[in-house]
Amino acid sequence: SMLPLMSTPRITTHYTIHPRDKDPRWEGVEMERFADEADVVIVGGGPAGLAAAIRLKQLANKHEKELRVCLVEKAPQIGAHTLSGACLEPSALTELIPDWKERGAPLNTPVTEDVFSILTEKYRIPVPILPGLPMQNHGNYIVRMGNLVRWLGEQAEELGVELYPGYAAAEVLFHEDGSVKGIATNDVGIAKDGSPKDIFERGMELHAKVTLFGEGCHGHLAKQLYNKFNLRENCEPQTYAIGLKELWMIDEKKWRPGRVEHSVGWPLDRNTYGGSFLYHLNEGEPLVALGFVVGLDYTNPYLSPFREFQRWKHHPFVAPTLEGGQRIAYGARALNEGGCQSIPKLTFPGGLLIGCSPGFMNVPKIKGTHTAMKSGMLAAEAIFPKLTAETLDSETAGLHVPEYAENLKNSWVWKELYAVRNIRPSFHNYFGLYGGMIYTGIFYWIFRGKEPWTLKHCGTDANQLKPAKECTPIEYPKPDGKISFDLLSSVALSGTNHEGDQPPHLTLKDDSIPVARNLGIYDGPEQRFCPAGVYEYVPLDTGNGMRLQINAQNCVHCKTCDIKDPSQNINWVVPEGGGGPAYNGM
Amino acid sequence: LSCKVLSSVVTPCYCFVSPQIRVKPDNTGVVTDGVKHSMNPFCEIAVEEAVKLKEKKLIKEVVAVSCGPQQSQETIRTALAMGADRGIHVDVSGKDYENLGPLQVSKILAALAKQEDAQLILLGKQAIDDDCNQTGQMTAALLDWPQGTFASEVSLEGDKINLVREIDGGLEHIKINTPAVITADLRLNTPRYATLPNIMKAKKKKIVTVKPADLGVDVTSRLEVLKVEEPPQRQAGMKVETVEDLVVKLKEAGRV
Repeated sequence: SMLPLMSTPRITTHYTIHPRDKDPRWEGVEMERFADEADVVIVGGGPAGLAAAIRLKQLANKHEKELRVCLVEKAPQIGAHTLSGACLEPSALTELIPDWKERGAPLNTPVTEDVFSILTEKYRIPVPILPGLPMQNHGNYIVRMGNLVRWLGEQAEELGVELYPGYAAAEVLFHEDGSVKGIATNDVGIAKDGSPKDIFERGMELHAKVTLFGEGCHGHLAKQLYNKFNLRENCEPQTYAIGLKELWMIDEKKWRPGRVEHSVGWPLDRNTYGGSFLYHLNEGEPLVALGFVVGLDYTNPYLSPFREFQRWKHHPFVAPTLEGGQRIAYGARALNEGGCQSIPKLTFPGGLLIGCSPGFMNVPKIKGTHTAMKSGMLAAEAIFPKLTAETLDSETAGLHVPEYAENLKNSWVWKELYAVRNIRPSFHNYFGLYGGMIYTGIFYWIFRGKEPWTLKHCGTDANQLKPAKECTPIEYPKPDGKISFDLLSSVALSGTNHEGDQPPHLTLKDDSIPVARNLGIYDGPEQRFCPAGVYEYVPLDTGNGMRLQINAQNCVHCKTCDIKDPSQNINWVVPEGGGGPAYNGM
Repeated sequence: LSCKVLSSVVTPCYCFVSPQIRVKPDNTGVVTDGVKHSMNPFCEIAVEEAVKLKEKKLIKEVVAVSCGPQQSQETIRTALAMGADRGIHVDVSGKDYENLGPLQVSKILAALAKQEDAQLILLGKQAIDDDCNQTGQMTAALLDWPQGTFASEVSLEGDKINLVREIDGGLEHIKINTPAVITADLRLNTPRYATLPNIMKAKKKKIVTVKPADLGVDVTSRLEVLKVEEPPQRQAGMKVETVEDLVVKLKEAGRV
């Protein structure tokens, strides 16, 4: 194909790609940062980060020690970037805060009905959930995770944790000996073209004896730490899925509080991993949380996870629940599927990885919150004695706490993940979904994962896409505006917003690759896998050729693009803190 | 002018995420549970102007005021992080908060201005959740002070204030005496970011909580909200081929 001969219009202006020390516009700008010291700094105010913070303060109070714990979170308020199904297994929460019920934790909907189906285009094959299968939900609660996270934030503040929502950790700081010294928050007041504005202000440095990184699935700082400390040399690459979710206020007659529905099959083909969830909440109004998950190892670049989600809602088993209802929220987030094969080294001098960032999700159960919280608690319990010891036992300036990783390996987190380790990889066979279900039925249900082998994944998700010419475009139905919707009106419901005049935070290592490679070979799959319409290929002003337009303001921070870009050219970095989605109880 | 400025941080208003706004099932208002409350943008501009005046040493002290429930303190903290010296939180919650309107806030501000011996009250021109545009004007009336509303430029000259106001006809230049009430319009300034070090320092600045009754103000509302409804669904438009068709359609619709 003919490539455009004119130079590529400049897309990326972010300083991580175009350093400021060589940029004349930054000459003479004061770059010194204010620094402050804490005992522990936690990056990320999600279940793992907050559980770690709470556990640290509980231990400090119990042993009458002073501990300064600071937590930074990019969302404008705690919980605003949280998105999950979710069916919570309360085990870790009960360990952390045994009296969570008296304290008003928002676990209001015990699961009363649990339904699993294989869908075909018109029909539904019920699958019995036998006791012992991972997807059984007895004893669990349907929760609005954003509300639970907000409640955890209140518990943390009560214990004296310093929470700073609206401030993103943008940079990892290092001591001279190479150990982690802490983080720096994002600068503010940089214009879209990368130049400093009048209101430019440097972020601040938060130094700590040890830093916990709980950025959630595919964190951008974790990505840097993997490289710096070689944390992934002995594990498989992480594999992911994208989860899209909506909240609906439905007709009261259709409301069945406590009901949990999951499905696999239609509209995905048997070789594309994924499925749906639909949960009836019980918080005083007929609210339903529903969504669709697609494994990011899919091969067809014409696949659009968003449009698969929208068309699934029209299935005869699903649509009646939604008819007469009103959609009130939308969002999306990537999630881990790699299981224990993909867990990296968890500790390095000065820092630890917790939660979905290293990735402790139990894939067949589709639950990762209980393990994320437990990992945060284990991290706190491993750090505490070292922090408060008489002599600081560390070869490096930043504390190294390998005990955390050992304790995790000996905990129920590892046992649980080990038992289900072969279920997800078992889908990589000729029979796809059906092979996987048979494997689960035999080896998990009967042998509880005790088989002596460990199946491997297929490599990175980014490498799975086939060139567009080898694949068939998928004909998706038009949204009907009542049950299914178009992308832009969906993005509006995520409440996402960013300060417009800032460099796009979806940075490209090389601005010419999208048109040359992504569009040329794969027909621009980012137009389809981004659940927020950030990426658009539009004609050049001159008429001949296309260019990539990045609508950074739409971004919902799902991280899918960084994961699935076949050229691995997109590097997601944090935008100015406070931007991004405004999820409310998602 | 060596004076104290009372910079009002109007009741924290809801972040604009318009497609997410829903009317409550009982039609008494909009759903506000879990929606982020942040400082009204025009109030940010007012706080910024007050802090600028202090930095120019034209005024002595900036006091940030907010009326509302416990969460209002977060908005005051943002003002403190921007440079205000101390905060006053007027505690109004529950039903009283739902019914709190410009008249009650004006009475509270007037009482506070007298108590604090303030010489200048700086507010945002209107709140972006109710768009009333009344508090500044009412406060000035209650205190019998001059008012400079929709200010896009403020400069102090001795004990008078030069103001440029944005009005329908263009820009109006006026000079008013102090003490006075000024309301900030969009182009007055660009508010600075509340940086994290300043948020941390702001935790050490004082916020005093008072109740409206302490100020002798009765917050019962004179207004009763009868109903809140969603706007009607926008109807699809129609395309016509010729001007004659247009006239026929307009006649059918009873428009001509």
